[in-house]
Amino acid sequence: MPYTMEKGVSLLVDNPLTTPQLSAESNLWTLNFGPQHPATHTVIRLVLELDGERVVRCVPIIGYLHSGFEKNAEVLDYNQYMTIVNRMDYLEPIANEMAWVRAVETLFGVDPTPRCKVYRTILGELGRIQSHLLCVGAAALDLGAFTAFLFGFNERERIYDIVEYVSGSRFHTSWSRVGGAMKDVDDKIFVPMVKKFIDDTLPKAIDDIEKLLNRLRIFIDRTQGIGSISTAEALSWSLSGPVARASGVMRDVRKDDPYFCFENNWDGQGAAAVDFKVPLMQTGDVLARYLVRLEEMKQSIAIIRQLIDRIPGGPMNVSPEGKDVLPPKSQVYGSIEGLIQHFEMVMTNRGFTPPAGEVYGCCETANGELGYYVVSDGGKVPWRARTRPPSFIHLSVLPKMIEGHTVSDVVAVLGSLNIIAAELDR
Amino acid sequence: MTIDHPAAVKLKERFGHLHLKVASFRGQTQIEVPGENLTQVVTFLRDDSTLGYDMLCDVTCVDYLNYPGWDKARFGMVYTFNSVAAGQPRLILRVFLGEAQLAIDSLVPLYAGAEWMEREVFDMFGVRFRGHPDLRRILTWDGFKSHPLRKDYPVTGLGERENYPVLDRDSA
Repeated sequence: MPYTMEKGVSLLVDNPLTTPQLSAESNLWTLNFGPQHPATHTVIRLVLELDGERVVRCVPIIGYLHSGFEKNAEVLDYNQYMTIVNRMDYLEPIANEMAWVRAVETLFGVDPTPRCKVYRTILGELGRIQSHLLCVGAAALDLGAFTAFLFGFNERERIYDIVEYVSGSRFHTSWSRVGGAMKDVDDKIFVPMVKKFIDDTLPKAIDDIEKLLNRLRIFIDRTQGIGSISTAEALSWSLSGPVARASGVMRDVRKDDPYFCFENNWDGQGAAAVDFKVPLMQTGDVLARYLVRLEEMKQSIAIIRQLIDRIPGGPMNVSPEGKDVLPPKSQVYGSIEGLIQHFEMVMTNRGFTPPAGEVYGCCETANGELGYYVVSDGGKVPWRARTRPPSFIHLSVLPKMIEGHTVSDVVAVLGSLNIIAAELDR
Repeated sequence: MTIDHPAAVKLKERFGHLHLKVASFRGQTQIEVPGENLTQVVTFLRDDSTLGYDMLCDVTCVDYLNYPGWDKARFGMVYTFNSVAAGQPRLILRVFLGEAQLAIDSLVPLYAGAEWMEREVFDMFGVRFRGHPDLRRILTWDGFKSHPLRKDYPVTGLGERENYPVLDRDSA
């Protein structure tokens, strides 16, 4: 039986509202793109209505990876949920944590230590590079340029090495904790590792990717003028991050609502915010999004360079002697007081509680503004933890972007939006 | 209680008759708006040249069933706005809805980006959006009956997963 649009978007029984209707033109046919398709990267289904090669209409159908993350947040405490937050945008697990801890620390009213802020800033930028490398590489891969993808993936491997050293885990780091981190990091090992990465290997890889793609006729032809979105539309569709900035929306949470080392006086002794430029383009097409991401990686390198030689000493955690955060593992295993404090924190009938209240906290991750709206009733677990997922919001504009383009352009646009289904569906 | 948030000051001037409640926690300002005035207030926020809340950052909902000491309606809508061009601080609007009248004006006519966010709220909480162009479930499947982020829906589910009909080749 041929696949029809009605079947693809059948309505909820008790919903009296509108349903998408098949167009009157009889020569249109319907193509089911996904949910399992190499170019969707993850599970997204697009029902495309085609006039020959042209897309007349696109209805995205999502939710295949919905696993109730937000419901789970209501039974896990603020540190336990870190493990789930990692699994949302899995191209940059470490950067997701930063948004979550920022929201939760705002709720608790905790200001992290300068050392912690520097580490979080550096790791957040490494996360951005990690995500952009894959996005840029995969965008080219979908258009048939395989080599750029490998150049990108080689460097991701090095970031895995760095986060493995920091957290003990290559992928889902779960390194951050409310008020600090799971464990302190040895600067003597971390700094040379990061320096080697940002000074030697990464600039070369970015250079290679640029040489391969930036003047490649096929790549330019496939990306220029494809999936354009104007500044006003980008604002109206709530786009953020590189997608919005490629359309000329001058907004970067790091500048507009600064946090960690992007804020002036972050160390309490008048240190200036890290200096970086926000790349902006006006065309808003696939090529612009690619170029913005490349430039953002270079800016991230500049940010890390400013911080890597001035990591302050001192504690990683807020009040390590107090009762606010988990004690260092050496104390847990080495002293009875440490062990007691550890269990006081992790046992279900004890632990730390925030005041009742509601806050919104966000960070500029690679995909855009990743925010958490955390509601607390004063208990150990959040009453509600809403994620503002950039992937979800970016995918909602996809039908508009690909209208009138060909089927092969769908792949290019999808790659440039960097949709992560785990974050899309949560 | 602070009212030094520029939007709060302006809204109080313009909509004095609504007696908007302004609350502040950790430096973030929330303004409670009656449901029937939402479109009016948001249009003003968006079109006022000094405020210029041109980006609807997020739409979500919170279920306050059995929330300790709760005296408002059960569902609280959360609208987060960013002001990109004018550079004003972030603003959160709250609308509280009871179970009997679980419907509110859609913001899609004002912000195109509200479409999917409102669909998600409908899916997860069952809030109806008046004037929404395409209000279908988005994350759960079409035949799903519950609204899973409501507090009376258990974390383990109601057996939908276990009891879902299994299709074989003959019956499909």
